[in-house]
Amino acid sequence: MARFQRSALPGFTPALGITLTWVSLIVLLPLASLALRPWSLGLEGVWHAISEPRVAAALRLSFGAALLAAAVNVPLGLLTAWVMVRYRFPGRDLADSLIDMPLALPTAVAGIALTALFAPNGWIGALLTPLGIKVAYTPLGVLIALIFVGLPFMVRTLEPVLMDLPLESEEAAATLGATRGQTLRRVVLPALAPALLAGFGAALARGVGEYGSVIFIAGNMPMRSEIAPLLIVIRLEQLDYAGAAALALVMLLVSFGLLLLLNIMQARMRRRP
Amino acid sequence: MTQTRPTQERPATRAAVIALTLVLLTGFLLLPLLVVFVEAFAHGFGAVLTALSEPDALAAIRLTLIVAAISVPLNTVCGLAAAWCIGRFEFPGRGLLMTLIELPFSVSPVVSGLVWVLLFGTNGWLGTVADRANVQVLFALPGLVLATVFVTFPFVARTLIPLMREQGSAEEEAAVTLGAKGWRVFWHVTLPNIRWGLLYGVLLCNARAMGEFGAVAVVSGHVRGQTMTMPLQVEALFNDYDWVGAFTIAGLLSLLALITLAVKAVLEWRIGEHGRALI
Repeated sequence: MARFQRSALPGFTPALGITLTWVSLIVLLPLASLALRPWSLGLEGVWHAISEPRVAAALRLSFGAALLAAAVNVPLGLLTAWVMVRYRFPGRDLADSLIDMPLALPTAVAGIALTALFAPNGWIGALLTPLGIKVAYTPLGVLIALIFVGLPFMVRTLEPVLMDLPLESEEAAATLGATRGQTLRRVVLPALAPALLAGFGAALARGVGEYGSVIFIAGNMPMRSEIAPLLIVIRLEQLDYAGAAALALVMLLVSFGLLLLLNIMQARMRRRP
Repeated sequence: MTQTRPTQERPATRAAVIALTLVLLTGFLLLPLLVVFVEAFAHGFGAVLTALSEPDALAAIRLTLIVAAISVPLNTVCGLAAAWCIGRFEFPGRGLLMTLIELPFSVSPVVSGLVWVLLFGTNGWLGTVADRANVQVLFALPGLVLATVFVTFPFVARTLIPLMREQGSAEEEAAVTLGAKGWRVFWHVTLPNIRWGLLYGVLLCNARAMGEFGAVAVVSGHVRGQTMTMPLQVEALFNDYDWVGAFTIAGLLSLLALITLAVKAVLEWRIGEHGRALI
């Protein structure tokens, strides 16, 4: 172990042993069984399991709504993070700890609470019904739930970066005659771009797999408001294990692909001066 | 402060932006919390007490506590072990190990449950092993614990590793030089230094363990009074149109969320805002 352990501290081997055992049993073994299971259907069977119209519709809704929700959270999160970092006002600390509410609240609780709020006779739903807007039991409900759970990811990714942003560059821009709006657009926003992308990716990843906060408000109509994770549950209930695994594998691969793409974009942005 | 500095917005703009944000935050983040309690108490205090004393509700509360009581300590010990080797030593593959530890966070809750069904269900790799040992894993306590452990696995390690790397190992090395042995170094030097961070990780781990829905929904089998945790009981009651019952249990879980957020804020003040992590 000499090559590994150039430290005077004890306990490396047992600590690494426990960690590797735990990671293998809890993470690697289950995920490996997921990766191999779909192929018991054969290549054609796997293709059939992931290309049915109902599956395609569910995947489109899960990824589409997650992308849209993450996009809505860009301005929303930017505004919130800016106010929390740059301004001092009474109640700021309370408001700041409130931002984690969507993650602290168990998803099932968030789900039934949002449903109660946005149902046609709910506090918010009753205001929207006269305008002809239906949220609960439609794809719009899925979007609302995903914006709700995604917001903390955007805000918490932006806050530390905003805190570390040097005020000097903004002062310099102002000295050179830029208006405040120009400074924000040309100096602050480009500096935040990598963090915005990172927050977007985190919100997206969460949204694609989100289950508890969505299924109550979605109405779960096949082909219309049925999300992919719910379809996995339905297949399991029909004892179609390999079909469920095939769908899960597709979701995982597409998510990882998207995250990888966002990571590459982020790295490029950081390299540019 | 009447004059605007070049790096600030005009006071009127600032006030408008703050007001807009606060309205959005209360509308979006506070109303869902409020509606839970309003719906729970819609038929008065007595109805809440009745809902709470239902045998199925009590069984769900008990099961949630048992699952958390097993999963959280397991993940705390393993999180500490991971933090010790990744946070204190350099070795090839450290980054890869860290990625593997954080992997469960990027997996859908439903898939986190599904993997255990695949492993222990019909034709699963470990199905026959469990059968031979006469252990019922799926639709029973072991399955609920495994799903919860998978979902909450990263919390402790993820909070401790950046903290321990930032602190460095000078103090521990000094203790070793002075002749302290393994566990003594850990108890008397490391633990006092990381205690707030450890508490923070355990807090987030526990909140998620008690509130997890998707992963346990898949492995539970939904046997009322037996394999239903509190979030699952919320779903069952809501689908039965028992709103008072559903929102009463949801209210208990919301109280847990509020307490978690309050303790989290206190701990963040202890460890500094840069040590902050997401639940």
